This record gives sequence, structure tokens and C-alpha cells, in this order.
Amino acid sequence: MKRRGLLGWELSVIVLVFVALFGGALLSPDFLTASNLSFLTANFSEVALMSLTMTLIILVAEIDLSVASILGLCSAVLGALFAAGWPMPLAILAAFGVGGLAGLFNGLLVTRLGLPSLAVTIGTLALYRGLAYVVLGDKAIADFPAFYTNLGFGSIPGTQIPIPMALFAVLAVITAIVLHGTAFGRSLYAIGANEIAARFAGLQVTRVKLSLFVLSGLMSALAGTVYTFRFASARADNASGFELSVIAAVLLGGVSIFGGKGSVVGTVAAVFLIGIINGALTIVDVSNEILTIVTGLLLIFSVLLPNLLARVRSARERRARGRAVS
Amino acid sequence: MTETPTSTPPLLTLSHASKAFGPVQALSDVSIELFPGEAHALLGENGAGKSTFVKILAGVHRRDSGALQVGGQDANFHSPGEATAAGIAIIYQEPTLFPDLSVAENVLMGRQPLAGLGRIDRATMRQQVAKILSELGVNLDPARRVRGLSIADQQLVEIAKALSLNANILIMDEPTAALTLSETERLFKVVRSLRARGAAVLFITHRLEEVFAECQRVTIMRDGMWVSSGPIAEYDTDKVVRQMVGRDLGELYPHGEAQLGEVALSVRGLTQPGVFRNISFEVRRGEIVGLAGLVGAGRSEVARAIFGIDPREAGEVKVNGHVLTPLSPQTTMAAGLGLVPEDRRQQGLVMDMSIERNANLAILNRLRKGWLMDRAAEADNARQWTEKLRLKAHSLSDPASSLSGGNQQKVVLAKWLATNPSVLIVDEPTRGIDVGAKAEVHRTLSELAASGLAVLMISSDLPEVLGMAGRILVMREGELVGEVSRAQASEEAVMYLATGQHKRQEGAA
Repeated sequence: MKRRGLLGWELSVIVLVFVALFGGALLSPDFLTASNLSFLTANFSEVALMSLTMTLIILVAEIDLSVASILGLCSAVLGALFAAGWPMPLAILAAFGVGGLAGLFNGLLVTRLGLPSLAVTIGTLALYRGLAYVVLGDKAIADFPAFYTNLGFGSIPGTQIPIPMALFAVLAVITAIVLHGTAFGRSLYAIGANEIAARFAGLQVTRVKLSLFVLSGLMSALAGTVYTFRFASARADNASGFELSVIAAVLLGGVSIFGGKGSVVGTVAAVFLIGIINGALTIVDVSNEILTIVTGLLLIFSVLLPNLLARVRSARERRARGRAVS
Repeated sequence: MTETPTSTPPLLTLSHASKAFGPVQALSDVSIELFPGEAHALLGENGAGKSTFVKILAGVHRRDSGALQVGGQDANFHSPGEATAAGIAIIYQEPTLFPDLSVAENVLMGRQPLAGLGRIDRATMRQQVAKILSELGVNLDPARRVRGLSIADQQLVEIAKALSLNANILIMDEPTAALTLSETERLFKVVRSLRARGAAVLFITHRLEEVFAECQRVTIMRDGMWVSSGPIAEYDTDKVVRQMVGRDLGELYPHGEAQLGEVALSVRGLTQPGVFRNISFEVRRGEIVGLAGLVGAGRSEVARAIFGIDPREAGEVKVNGHVLTPLSPQTTMAAGLGLVPEDRRQQGLVMDMSIERNANLAILNRLRKGWLMDRAAEADNARQWTEKLRLKAHSLSDPASSLSGGNQQKVVLAKWLATNPSVLIVDEPTRGIDVGAKAEVHRTLSELAASGLAVLMISSDLPEVLGMAGRILVMREGELVGEVSRAQASEEAVMYLATGQHKRQEGAA
């Protein structure tokens, strides 16, 4: 029953994606051109990447607000090390190391000290962004080798598909398989819906959560690398505020903020919906402030609507229960 | 007990009441009479229509047909408030009080005596409530906050509230399900004093021994229909169970002659300061060992520590001869130990998840084909165990929350049996489930023991422990204080150990 409800939700988001595409086409004849769509999708590739791990984290009823700050920190580390003369592959590896460590720190605070992830990652949201400024200050590092920047804003040869989006597609498929096909994925749903019962069934809740936070840190490092090369610029303030879009996408995709419900398909559809809405509004020169307002409204809407639906459903169930149980 | 006061007119008469919800006939042609001064038991399996029945008396539901008379006058309740005004009070299993207000404020909620300027006159309020409580023979401070009171005390607050509303018909929905023996005894003392005041008390309970000890008359329902009513003297356990279930259950407690094998579970010196001390015992293959004691004696804590989910400071646990280090759910499960926990809804099941997913949760890694889950194996495993336990469900993809309590417990059992355990600890395995499901759980456990499983059974239901266990360990205040063999076992022998009283004392509650 619930599963059908969710699928309905995901289907609606997918329909909305097409509505948004259609709306964009009405706003501007250039909207549905391959080059615009290519540009538009590339534009939200970092949000898209980070929303995959965020899906898993929100599924287990935790949250990671520090993703965009880790992105910025990794970008800064990458730039600083490159500027210091490190070979690029090593600098990238170091960025991933920093991302993984940042995620580990989040995870340890949440799992070992039992602190709420909301509080922990609000703290590290500020902490990691601050560290990024410590690393790079106000400087911007540019002049990356063309090979790497081409990876950032290039397309798969012979197509208009941006390389970061191809990367996202591969990782989305992998995430979907892990979440919906493996024992690990099964355990995430159980942990999110009832952590106590999951522990009593022998699931290693602490280890699972810790690994998700590390994974989230690594994904932010990947997003940071993509961002750095796509703009050919490493700055401490890269991707500020992106956590909002990431969380909005995941919740709009039907993942319950209370954990235990959601799917990768939903998140992917919602990522595209938000990306396309933003793209359509940009093409008609709507200001950034308005874009932020739209994202915020989508976020509220996506938390509010499932709750309203659940309330309607439970009222209906209560009436039904009066019948069945005595 | 006193004679049934049939000479006096009944306080409440409901005759030939029916109620349908859409196409579902929840009640048909149900009748009951409640007389002043009687305790009347309403018996039936879960799903027999008892709750619907109570809700009609409480004014929550309206009957489709039939007649209701309260105090000799026709009554048609349109709201719970009207039922309250007519003198009917319902005491639910889980009291619904305001935790941050005092006992007195809860009792007189909305009717607090006022002093000048609309301020609440606390002194008068406390006096009034203290008077009600002392009339009930209850020692409870009216000024105390409700938060932190036991469920038993909260029920007494509800009863005091009912009396302050001049209720003379009290309906108690499974009041003793969550109570310890001494709390139950105290509740029945209160019930006796209510009866002495001429009130009628309608009990819904699954504990038949309480019915025979405390009630004067019974009404039995099955499948939404009235089966029989009469003085308790005309009934015995067999008759009651037969009428509730509509079939013979065979023996309520099957006695499989167990062949005892080698030691499967061995616990040595298990200690957690302030919780339990120096717990040592063994359970052999094929044996059912009971672990009895009052609620709060530390039984569940010991079980959880053995399972490795709660900490323990000292002591070792051996399963099939292997010491488990570290003691964690992963190592204990790998060694073949399972725990059916006390709290089904919180610890036993993921209520929103499907029955199938719940049944498979403890063996996810065995249901794989390479990296991926093997969907056919998942479906097979869930079907196999739920069928073996005769689970009643529309579909295994329904959420566990859609099941009745007894069927939910079967899903928890299925989850653990699927792990193919050699030791199973069951903590309150039949709490709050109906007689039919209870008998099935008992039968399953006996069969498993007969096939070589070692079972440690924690239960506050003494007849159940006495009926099932080959020997009974008794805990008191965190310590194992004794062991009673089946031959010596009686409720009294166990209770003396559990309460630490070696002589019978009057009013020992």
C-alpha cells in the first residue's frame, strides 16, 4: 500500500519534469535545444551527485548539512596543493582524503557520541567552510591543465552529454542497485524506519551510519573536484548554499525526512525537476534571490505535502480500523 | 464472592445491539446487563468485537440497532461527553493523562475548584482528590506530577477521575496487561471497593485466572456476536476457551516430553552494576527454562545483555560451548542465539515495513545471490516461516502494522526461527495477544524445544511459565534467588521467591 503511494509520488515528480520542460519551451524557443539542455544539466551536476549520498543518509533518518562546505574545503585543498606544485592526481587524491575525513568526523560525532546529526552538521557546515578559507583565503586558483578542465565542462565525445552528468548517471545506477538490490540497502530502510528494531535484528547500525557519512564526504570531494574543473577555479566559497538544493531535491524526490522511505528514482527525478526549473527561470533572467526563494518553497512543499497526505491517509485508516479491529 | 444481585435492577442494559462499518459487520445482536456491585468480564479473542462494543457504550460509535438503557432510562449517546454524563467511564490500557500536571489537576481537569479571580484553589483541589484516593484505599500524593508514575498508578488516577465524575459504570480495557502481580492485586482491591460502593465494573482481559478470581459474571463474544453470558460459577477454563475460540484448542499448555541434550546456553557471573549481579545458569538443548520475577527484577535486562545489545560489566556467555567475545548481537546471532524482545512494536518489528521484509531482517546476508538480494529466496523464506507459524495475513507485502498483536508476534518469531537458532530467548512472548494466538505460540515453542532448541522464557504470566517450563529460575532485585523444578512449581512457590517473602502475609500486595 505504502509502496504504491510512493511510486505515485515519484511518478508525479517525473510528470512534473516534463511539465517543467514544456514550460521552459514556452518561455524561450532556445530552451529545448540540445546545447541549452547540456548546459543546464551540467549546471546542477554537483547537486545531483551529492543528492545520491544524501538520499541514503536521510533514509536512515539522519542528515548531512555540511556537504557543500566539504565541497568547498576539498576544492580549496585541491587548488592550494596544485598551486603548491603537487601533481594533479595527487592533489585530487588529497581532496578525496580530506572529504573522507570530514565525513568521518561527522559520522563519529553522530554515532560514537550520539549527537543529533542536524546539530553536528550545522556545526561542521561552518567549520569546514571556515577551514576552506584558512586553506585558500580570498584567493582563487585557476590555470588548471586543459585536460582536467575539459573533463569538467566537456561532453562525452560525439554527444552533448556533459561528462559530469555521465558520471552522475553511472553513480545513480550504482546507488540504485545498492539501495534496492543489496542487503546493505535493505538494512538502510529498516534502520530508518525503526533503529531500535534494526539493532535487535542484529544490524550494525553504528557501522552503517558511519560508512554513510564517510561516503557522503567522499561524494562531496568528488563534487568539489567536478566543480573546480567545471569553473576552472578553486575558491573557498565554491558552492556555498548548495546543501539547500541537495536536501530539497532529496525530499522532493519522496524520501521521508523521518527516514525509512524513499528511492533513488525519486531523487534523480527531483534533481532534474529542480535543475530544469532553475534553468528555465535563469533563461528568462530571474534573479538569483528569486531562485533561492523557489528552492526554499520547493523544500517546504516537499516536506509539507507528504505529511498532509499521510494525515489524510491515517484518518482514512483510522476509520477503516474502527471496522476491522474490535 | 457475593451472589449475583439479580434482584436489583441492572445499571446498564444493552440489548440486541448491532453495528456495521460499511460492509463489515463488527457487531451483531450483542446484549449485556451490568448490575450494581458486580465485576463483569467481557471475553473474546482479538477481533471478536470487544473494542467496538466498548466504544458504543462510551459514545464513540453509534449503534445501528438495539436498545441501550442506563439507570433504567433509554440512552442514545451522540458523543463521549454524553456517556460520561450518564455515569460511564472508560479506563484504557494506556492512560491518557497530562504528564506535567499533578495528580490532583489530572483528576479534576476542567473542573478545578476556583478561588478569587479565577485562580485555581490548589489546597481545596488537593483535599478533594486526597479524599477520593483514600476512599479507594490508594496511597498516592495528589500534589505529585503524573510524569514518572507507573502505568498502574496512572490507571488509579484515571479511576479517581471517573469517581470524581460520579461514574458508577467503569469499563476497563485490559487494565492488567502491563501491571506487575502486586499492582494487579492492588487494582483488584480498588475494584472491590468500587463494587462495595455499588458500581459496576466491566473488565476486558485475556487473563482468565483473573476472571475466575475477581469477576461474578462473564459475557463471551466471538466474531462480533454474543456467545453466552452467565454467573462465573457456570464456567470453567475449558468452557470459556472453547466458547471464545469456537473450537477445542487441545491442551492450553502442551507437555512435550523433552529429551535434554548438552548445554546450549551457559551464563556465568553476568553482572551490570545497579541492574543485575552475578547471574549464572544453564539451558540445555530441548529444555524450556522459565525466568520469573516481578517487573523490574532485571529479567529483560539480563536477556538483552546475553544477546549483547545491552552492556554488561563482567561475566561470560557461552553458546554451544563457545565463549562469545565480544558480546554483541552479531556474535551471539552467529553462534546461534536469538532474542524475541519484550516490546514487539518498538524492538521486535519495523512496523511500517512489510511482513516479508521483517521476517527476513535477521538473515539478510543468507538471502543473497552474490552481491544482490535473491528475491525468490526472500519470498520463499518469509512464506516458509509464516506458514509454519500459521500467520494470518492478506499478503506478506502488507506492513507489519496491519496485523493483530498475535500475528505480529508470529512475525517476530518467524524472523528468529529463520536464523535457525540453537538457543532462543523469548521475553514476554504472549503479552497482550489473544488466547488462540497464545496457544499457538506455546505449541510452537514446545515443538521447537522437542526438536532440540534451548528456550529461555521470560514471562510475567505465571500460569504460562508454570505450564511451559521444565524448571523456573526466579529473579529478585537483580539477582537470581532460586530455582523451582516443575515438580515443586506452584504460583506461590515462585511468588515467595520473587517477592522475598517466605511466609504468607495478609495484604502482601
